[in-house]
Formats: sequence, C-alpha cells, structure tokens
Amino acid sequence: MNLFGYRVPMMASLLVWCVIWEIVGRLDLMLMLPPFTEVLQAAVGLVQTASWQSATVTTLRAFVMGMALSIVVGVPLGILMGRVKLADELLGMWVSIFSSAPLSALVPVLMILFGFGEKTIVAAVFLFAIWIIVLDTRAGVRHISPSLLEMARSYGASKWALYRIILWAALPEILAGIRLGLIRGVKGVVIGQLLVAIVGYGALFETFSRNFRMADFWALTIILFAFALLIAELIERLEAKVEFYAGARQ
Amino acid sequence: MRNATLRKVPTEQPAMMDSIVEVRGISKSYGNVEALRSIDLDFPRGKLTSLLGPSGCGKTTLLKIIAGLIEPDGGKVSVNGREVSKPGPERAFVFQDFALLPWATVLRNVAFGLELRGRPVAEREKVARHYIAEVGLSGFEDKYPHELSGGMRQRVGLARALSVDADVLLLDEPFSAVDEQNRRKFQEDLIRLRTNQNKTFIFVTHSIEEAVYISDRIVLLSPRPGRVSQIIEPEIDRSVDPDRIHRDKHYLDTVEEIWQGLKQYVD
Amino acid sequence: MASVRTEGEALGLATIGRGEARSWENNPTLLRLVSVILFAGIWQIAGMIPVSFAFPTFFETVTALVSMIADGSLPKAYLSTLQPLLLGVILSAFLGVGIGTLCGLWRPGEWLMIPIFIVLQAAPVAAFIPMVTFIYGIGMTAKTLAVMILALPVIVLNTYKAVRNVNVSLIAMCKSFLGTRWQIVSKIILPDASPVIFAGLRLGVAAGFVGVVLAELLITPTGIGDLITYHRSRANYAEMYATIASIIALSTLTLVALQWVESRVFRPEKRGA
Repeated sequence: MNLFGYRVPMMASLLVWCVIWEIVGRLDLMLMLPPFTEVLQAAVGLVQTASWQSATVTTLRAFVMGMALSIVVGVPLGILMGRVKLADELLGMWVSIFSSAPLSALVPVLMILFGFGEKTIVAAVFLFAIWIIVLDTRAGVRHISPSLLEMARSYGASKWALYRIILWAALPEILAGIRLGLIRGVKGVVIGQLLVAIVGYGALFETFSRNFRMADFWALTIILFAFALLIAELIERLEAKVEFYAGARQ
Repeated sequence: MRNATLRKVPTEQPAMMDSIVEVRGISKSYGNVEALRSIDLDFPRGKLTSLLGPSGCGKTTLLKIIAGLIEPDGGKVSVNGREVSKPGPERAFVFQDFALLPWATVLRNVAFGLELRGRPVAEREKVARHYIAEVGLSGFEDKYPHELSGGMRQRVGLARALSVDADVLLLDEPFSAVDEQNRRKFQEDLIRLRTNQNKTFIFVTHSIEEAVYISDRIVLLSPRPGRVSQIIEPEIDRSVDPDRIHRDKHYLDTVEEIWQGLKQYVD
Repeated sequence: MASVRTEGEALGLATIGRGEARSWENNPTLLRLVSVILFAGIWQIAGMIPVSFAFPTFFETVTALVSMIADGSLPKAYLSTLQPLLLGVILSAFLGVGIGTLCGLWRPGEWLMIPIFIVLQAAPVAAFIPMVTFIYGIGMTAKTLAVMILALPVIVLNTYKAVRNVNVSLIAMCKSFLGTRWQIVSKIILPDASPVIFAGLRLGVAAGFVGVVLAELLITPTGIGDLITYHRSRANYAEMYATIASIIALSTLTLVALQWVESRVFRPEKRGA
C-alpha cells in the first residue's frame, strides 16, 4: 500500500494491530487481554526463567527430531510414489486421507502407545508433518520432464546418479513440501503438548491459564507464533534460492 | 484486375476527409520508457486502418488509449467529434487473448456486451444468434470456450464486438494466438465482414503481410519512443479471389517496401 | 514474508485427487479395494502380535464400532459434535468469503487484514483454544469459536488470493463493454474466483474438523472428543480406536463429497479456456 507517496510494506500493518491491542488492553475492553507492552515485558521476563528455557529445549528437541524423521521417511516415500506406479496406487489414497484428516484425534492414540512423554510429541510432529512432504515430493518427481531422465540415461548415468538427478530436479517442490511440513509440524508440537499437558510448552500453557497469568500466556503465544513465522520465512528464503532454476525448467 | 497503386500520404494530416476517430498529441510513458510521443492521427470512417510496427512501438497502447482502457499522459481522443476518456458504446474491442468468460457458453459470451447494458434476455440472444451466424459459428451456441479452437474463440470475440453495434471496432492483434491456416481464413472473412458491416476498423498487427492484405490504410509506427513514421494506403482490389492478392505484384511490392522501412528497427 | 501461500495451493488436496484419478485409470476400484484390504490386514496382524497392549485388531475395532452405533452412544456424540462444526463452518464461510473478497478488492483492507490472517495461517492457533474456553465456558460457543479460529484464515486467504489474481484481461473486457464497477465484481471477479474460493471452503471444512475435535479433547467433555477420552480412561481401546477411525472417515468422506461437488459445479472452467 502507498501512504503519502511511500510504499508501506504489508506486514507493517501488524504494528497497527499491536497499537490497537495496547489500547484495548489498557481500556480493559476484553477479558483476559492485557496491554501489549505488558505482554512484551512478560516475554522478556519469561525467557529468563529456567522453566521456559527447559521447556524450549524440550519442545525444540521434539520438534527437530520429529521433523528430521518425517523428512527422512517422507522424501524417499514421495520419490518412491512418484517413480513406482504400484506404490503410488497402494499408498496414494492413505497419504491424501491423512494429509487432510483431523489428526488431532489421533494424538490420544499416540499417548497410549508412546506414553505421556517426549516420544508422543515427536510422533505427533512426525504425523502432522510427513504427509504434505510425501505429497509434494511425489508431485515434484512427477513433474520432472521425461527428457531430462532420458538425457541422463543416454549419457549412461548409473541408478545412483539417476536418483541424484531426480532429487535435484524435484528439489523446489520438496522444499515447498518441507516448508509446509514445518508449519504443520509446529502445529503438531503445540497440539501434542497441549493434549499431553505435562511436557514443554503444553505444561507452561497449562500452568499460566490455570493461574490466570494472562500476560505470560500471551507472551508464550507470541514467542510461539514468532518461532513459526521465522521457520516459514527461513525456508522461504531457501526456496527463493533454488527458484532461479526451478523457473528455468518450464 | 485493376492496377493497384501504392499511395503515400504525408504524415502531417489532415487532408479533407471524414474521420471518425481523431487522435491529438497523445503521449504515454511507463516509468522511464516512453511508449508514445505526441501522436496525431485520423481514422477515416468506414475504412480499415492498421497500426503496424515492431514490438515496443506502442501500437497496442495506442489502441487501448483509443478504447479508453488506458489513460494517456497527455493529448486527447475524439470519436464522432466528441472527446472521450473512457470506454463508450460507439467503440468495441476485440482482445488478443480473446477474453472470453470460460464459464459461459458461446451464446452468453457473444451476448455479454448487451447483458452488461441490461437488455432483456430474448432480445440479446436474438442479436447474438445473428452475429454468431455472421462469423460462421452457427451450431456452436451452446459450446464452452474450452471446446473451441483458437480461431473459433476469436470469432466469438469478434461476434461479441459486432453485437453491441458500435461504429468503431478495435482489434488488438486478434490473430496472433490463432494458427496460420485459420488466420488466412479469418482474414478473408474479415475483409468480407468489413464490406457488409460498414463499420470502421482499427487493427493492430505486427505482420506486414496481414496489414497489407486487409488494410485500406496502414499507419507505420517506429519504436522507442512510439511515433508515426509513415502512412501508406495500399490500393489493392479485394473483390478478386483472395489467393490472387497474395501473388499480386503490387501487394508484394508494398510488403517489401514496408519491410525495407521497418528493417532498421529490428535488432 | 509478504507472499501469500496457503496449504491448499501447495499441491495438496486440490491436485492429488485428479492426479490419483488419472494414475488409477487401469482399474481404480480394484486397486483401491486392494489398498483398503492391505491396510486392514496390516492393522489386523499388528493387533494380533500385538505391537502394544493398547492396540486392538482391525476386527475388534469394527465390532466395537458396530456396537457403539447400535447402543446409540456414537450417534449421540456426533449430534453434539456436528452442530458446532456445521455452525462454525457456515459462519466462517460467510465471514471468510466476505473478508477475503473485501481484501482482494480494497487495498487498505488488504494492507490491514491480510497480514493477520497470514500469521494465523502459519501459526499454531490451537494454543488459543484453552483461552476460548476460559472466556466462553465449555458450551457450544467455545466449540464453534474453536472451529472458526482454525477454519477462517484458510478461507479468507484463498478467497483473497482468488479475487486478487482474477484474470485482468476479463476485467478489461468488461470495462470496454461498459460494465459498471458492480458488474465487474458480480459478473467477472466472483465467477472467476469461485473455484479457488470453493477449494478454500473445502480446506476450511478440513480445518474445522481439526478444531472441533481439538476443542472436545482439550476442554469440553462432550461429543466425539469426550467419547475418545472416556474409552481411553476405561481402557476400552477398541472403542477408542473405532471412534477415532469414524471421525477420520467422516471428515474424509465429507472432503471427497465436496471435491465431487467442486468438479461438478466448476467443470467447464476447470479445463481452462
């Protein structure tokens, strides 16, 4: 948008919303909404507490492990489905079902299978993130132009080299899948922890809301949101880097 | 066959003639790129005038300014003696990419101009059917655009423009997305239509052959900035067999001469 | 960050359906059947080993499902789950399409609103659900709001993108044939945007299912969520699995039905023009 001749970036409007938040909080217009500045102060205080630090470590560890697992399993599965018709036919239906199903309903199952601990959170992240990675990888492999593979074969590429070409050629879609997987993974970690309620941020949320520590609650929410956006932004940067040849492929 | 002669008209106009569209001092820039610099042109009533030039000479921009779709930085356009700055009922546009509603049938697409004017359904469909027949698409009224070839889609676009009964038809490279065979057929039909309809056509093209083949008058534009470099009136008798025109010496000479003039602008 | 990409667009739901249909040309029904039987078979075997004390076999689960339907506990739970879901989805649809259209047409609205929805789309908004219960109690309102929190962003963003990326050539055409501002919106922009808007609604429904289940698991001891929690606490694992499978199946069937409607209603333009 342009304002007085200057281009104002779109995300700048979030500052406007922060001001509105501050006003609404100060006037006490909404229940459980402390002023924004108070929330910021709480955030500063919160990050210095040992409980936040250990919760963050737990959450991050579960998140990273779950994501790593879903990438390590999801990308090869996607390539398999993109290359082997039978695998695609047998698995495709289930992958697309799970990619849009209310997976939160499965978290209680994870809780009884893996216990009320970190393993359940890792499994939740994995379960939330993997399907979109598989789908996008599969789509990416499907979109590779056949002439590229014929070229590789005609120059006598080995099977190993062929799959390396496939991996690189499908990279833009794979990265897009991973970015969406990360966003879903963050949701998975939060939903998992909220439901388990005694691990990491879930436990903190539980404590804050039980004791009506609203500023802390909002501070934690903001930190979480910022983290989610940061991850999405980072991966988008990476995507922009591979896009220059992604565009050239068409 | 009558001898065709090539008449050059001085670019400083106007001679005494009945012009329906008058363009005066039109300029347009996009950022630092000067697309058009002070264009003065008259378009004679009932004739087909082509705007011809290499890409980047601003011919489509000029056409869209005449149509009222683009606002010029300076200058004015008059139609029937009245200054215009917006689209009006006396002008109808035929788009390069057809611009058909993909969710509407041929019939509704052709009647769309009348639909926007709030005409009753029965009336606008009657008019639409007439022009669908006129462009040779009878029997396709209930088809959707995706079921038609490029040439047929552009016929729909042409029928839509004809059905609003405008005095001036503005055609923006209408054949550029149509394959070669269909284009030839379409050009022949256009010549026929022009004799029947008694309308004024303003036609943008980058094809010299096409311009010479169909135009009464060719305006050559030079690029960067877009300016009128020459106006040519190829006097070719089009009542004869169309295939003979393509082999006519004067037709070929005109094409060659225009090419020699334009060559310098091609990198 | 300004780029707006929603999950649906990223090759997810919208394309996989059609891709599948094409690759299963040979004998789609048979292969689907084989796939289902294989899935059930693996489940059965895993339950018989068993991989865990809390892992019932496929047949135990099916039996539990039938008995829960017979004794009325499952239908009763669905009655209380589907009401807020339906209400929330309908409200989100109207609100979301409205806001999205407004933002697509009106620059200041876009500037002010879209970033909020981008943030809500990317962020784990599930964290708000406990908060919603605090404010609105554990009734219908809280559940409906939980559905809306999850469904609204994807509907708004899809609508906004569809309206924003409308075919400019069609708008120029409408202008040149003297279309008014309102005609441009009603006869060009909304019809042209409708397939993407509908796809957004479908994603909104999927998100709504997540929202209502989550709300019931987290806060309100009613409906499907309560049934899951109850059977887990009683260690009736077959019943618990059956409930979960039923909600996943219901959401899948709903989405498939919506996709079918989508391909029916928007058939002519899906093939492009």
